[in-house]
Amino acid sequence: MRTFIGIDLGSTTTKAVLLDENRDVIGRGITNSRSNYGTAARVASEEARIDGRFTLFRRALHAADPGHERVQDFLGALERNFRLVQFLEQLDDLEETCNGQLRSERFAAVAGGLREALSEVFRRLRAEAPELYAPGANRKSDFFRDIAGSRFHAHAEAVAKDAGVPHDILLNAYDKSIIEVENRPPGGDLSEKFRRAMARVLEHDPHLIDGEKDVAQEIERTLGVELEETYLVGTGYGRVTLPFSKEHIRSEILCHGLGAHMMYPKTRTVLDIGGQDTKGIQIDDKGIVENFQMNDRCAAGCGRYLGYIADEMNMGLHELGPLAMQSNRPARINSTCTVFAGAELRDRLSLGEKREDILAGLHRAIILRAISIISRSGGVTNEFTFTGGVAKNEAAVRELRKLLKENYGDVTININPDSIYTGALGASEFARRAVMS
Amino acid sequence: MTVISRPKAKPADAIKDASMAKQKEMVNAHYDRLASARENGEKVAATFVPGNLNELLMCFDLVNNLPEVNAIQNGLRRQSGAFVMEAEKHGHSEDVCTYVKSDIGMMAKGNIGPNGKKLPDPDVLLLSYTGCFTFMKWFELLRKEYNCETIMFQTPYMADGKITKDMIAYMVKQLKQDVIPKLERVSGVKFDIDRLREYLKKSAKAEDDLVAVLQSAKNKPSPIDAYFGGIYYIGPIFGAFRGTDAAIDYYRFLREEVEERVRQGKGPVTPDGDMGKERYRLVVEGPPNYTNFRQFWKMFYDEGAVVVASSYTKVGGTYDFGFRHNPDEPLESLAEYCLNVYTNRNLPMRVDMLENYVNEYEADGLLINSIKSCNSFSAGQLLIMREVEKRTGKPAAFIETDLVDPRYFSAANVKNRLESYFQMVEQKRAGARAA
Repeated sequence: MRTFIGIDLGSTTTKAVLLDENRDVIGRGITNSRSNYGTAARVASEEARIDGRFTLFRRALHAADPGHERVQDFLGALERNFRLVQFLEQLDDLEETCNGQLRSERFAAVAGGLREALSEVFRRLRAEAPELYAPGANRKSDFFRDIAGSRFHAHAEAVAKDAGVPHDILLNAYDKSIIEVENRPPGGDLSEKFRRAMARVLEHDPHLIDGEKDVAQEIERTLGVELEETYLVGTGYGRVTLPFSKEHIRSEILCHGLGAHMMYPKTRTVLDIGGQDTKGIQIDDKGIVENFQMNDRCAAGCGRYLGYIADEMNMGLHELGPLAMQSNRPARINSTCTVFAGAELRDRLSLGEKREDILAGLHRAIILRAISIISRSGGVTNEFTFTGGVAKNEAAVRELRKLLKENYGDVTININPDSIYTGALGASEFARRAVMS
Repeated sequence: MTVISRPKAKPADAIKDASMAKQKEMVNAHYDRLASARENGEKVAATFVPGNLNELLMCFDLVNNLPEVNAIQNGLRRQSGAFVMEAEKHGHSEDVCTYVKSDIGMMAKGNIGPNGKKLPDPDVLLLSYTGCFTFMKWFELLRKEYNCETIMFQTPYMADGKITKDMIAYMVKQLKQDVIPKLERVSGVKFDIDRLREYLKKSAKAEDDLVAVLQSAKNKPSPIDAYFGGIYYIGPIFGAFRGTDAAIDYYRFLREEVEERVRQGKGPVTPDGDMGKERYRLVVEGPPNYTNFRQFWKMFYDEGAVVVASSYTKVGGTYDFGFRHNPDEPLESLAEYCLNVYTNRNLPMRVDMLENYVNEYEADGLLINSIKSCNSFSAGQLLIMREVEKRTGKPAAFIETDLVDPRYFSAANVKNRLESYFQMVEQKRAGARAA
């Protein structure tokens, strides 16, 4: 079948959306941009194709029909096993790369002990892997780098001690290898990975398809459907670094406008807060951009600001919003300069202000800046759609609702759970239109 | 990690058409004249482009030195950055007009002009005030530095959008009672109104040709870029050449060159040669960025965008709505000239003018290049944009750069916005076709 792919190369993450001829989204994929947009684009589109396969499986097995809960459970198991297969493969690659490092001068003195230690760490990682992908398991991130990294660190100390090698050298072997592994384009045949995942399901959870007719054959038949990449459009910060020709590139402003329109056709104003820019976009009833404003010269008040604050507070990015939500008295913070934020934070902590109040104030400061950009782009017209990574932050959303109400009264505010894919969605539709119209 | 390094290619020399080469020669000749003014016994008047009274200064054998043109030339030659920082060392804040800071910095560093030769101290500062309050502060600083005669010639602001008899009378009175006597005193030359009439006659001639050149952009494709190319075209007439034979020659030559391009159906000449297919016709409001002028221009012509009209090319005089210097009413005509410069026009007049340009030149939309350090020009630009957008129904966009402070030119951002704008225009057209 013909598919149309849109890739949004953001400064933090790279997103891909796969569209079919009927303008239905069949797959979405995301990965970290890893300062290598070429690989990031390939990984994100492969992830979108994987997601697309599951959509086709669901369609083939009528998973949405009532009474098909078991099929859904089966697909859930298939996905977990697929992820496990993928993880194990990448683990093999990582181990091999780590071992390759041992030949270098740096590790030569302790190569013997190190090899042994590495082998033990990877044995443990493999052993615990099925648990990571067990039903209901909670993974902090789905990116290989994050999962493998945190688990490697968890085991390294004890293993290094037992093997009598310096802990830091073991970590160093990992650090040097992960970049290489991450920057390698995805390899291996996808269908084969699905077959291996299928075999694991049949081995461990055969009851899931007991009595279901022809599930295995349907999966195999669906794998036979080729997902032809008919046209691709790239957008976002990294688009110029990719070997796309001009007709395959669209501005992220247009893509976000169109993407928001596709999600909510009544949208007239779009706010996108990404890693390094904030965009206020006005669109018409067809998703065509009428006007826009974005920050320039300075990325104060963008997503990275929150990332920096999280680092300063030694917290995870996703923990900021929930903590800020506990505040009843947000601090009044005017500066959105990322670098000053650290000083502001420490100063206020030293004055005894509560962490949640300071955080709430920082969130408000970001949104104040966004409101200024929106007003310069032409204000807010019903409906309003908020997109980008920061739209996932509940404290930012709370401040936005407050400020919109104060400034523009009652406005319908749309925030899609898939809002991070808005730009890629718009790009995929541009790709579809390039061929279909 | 692999570091990919590219060989550092020197940018190819900019391609210039004959008129541009001629213009460059004129500018250089003027700087040489300024540099040797002392040796040649010539006296120098510093004055500003908007409202400059070149014909009057020539009546007193004064050579005109334009500080903001010096800043522009230093910007184009990538020297302004160091001057701006020098001025900041002397206590001028980051937000001050960067023309001023470039000028102050240049003075602090020995007043070496863009041609590498020392510029003479002015004998008189003639402030023809036409709406930019910064000019007053600027000349206050220069007066302190040079301790020379200062003349303030006040142009009433066109707050109601029209020129009244009283305004003209007020200005003529200033000329007679204050400006001319002071210039006589400084120069030692007696004022001769017939000499002024003679110069004004020449001005009007060159102005006719300039207008023909600027209006050639109504052709499709436009044979000129009325913003980036326009900067070259206005150089002589906005500077030290209005009222001279050299200006008459230059504008006749330029007009012929442009008319030939129209006959051949050619677009503008860019630094990379003839521009490709004309895809977007724009009206631009606001001054350009000079520190990255070529890079900035390239962002337009690479996309097939040509500027068909701009307000900036009217800061030294608005001629395309009919005004010409008039030898029959010499002083009144100087007054009217000053009243008409773009910086002296109120917001509704600016909106009308830009709306007119979008319609008359059949432009795809309005682009505003807002200048970070120019409050005088930037105030109200968003409102202007909205209004022109509303009246014309054409999409508008807003970018931000600076005049001559290289720190405020963020190439990737500007390019991103411009590309978004061009694609927006394209999308609107496609939408209109579909409808």
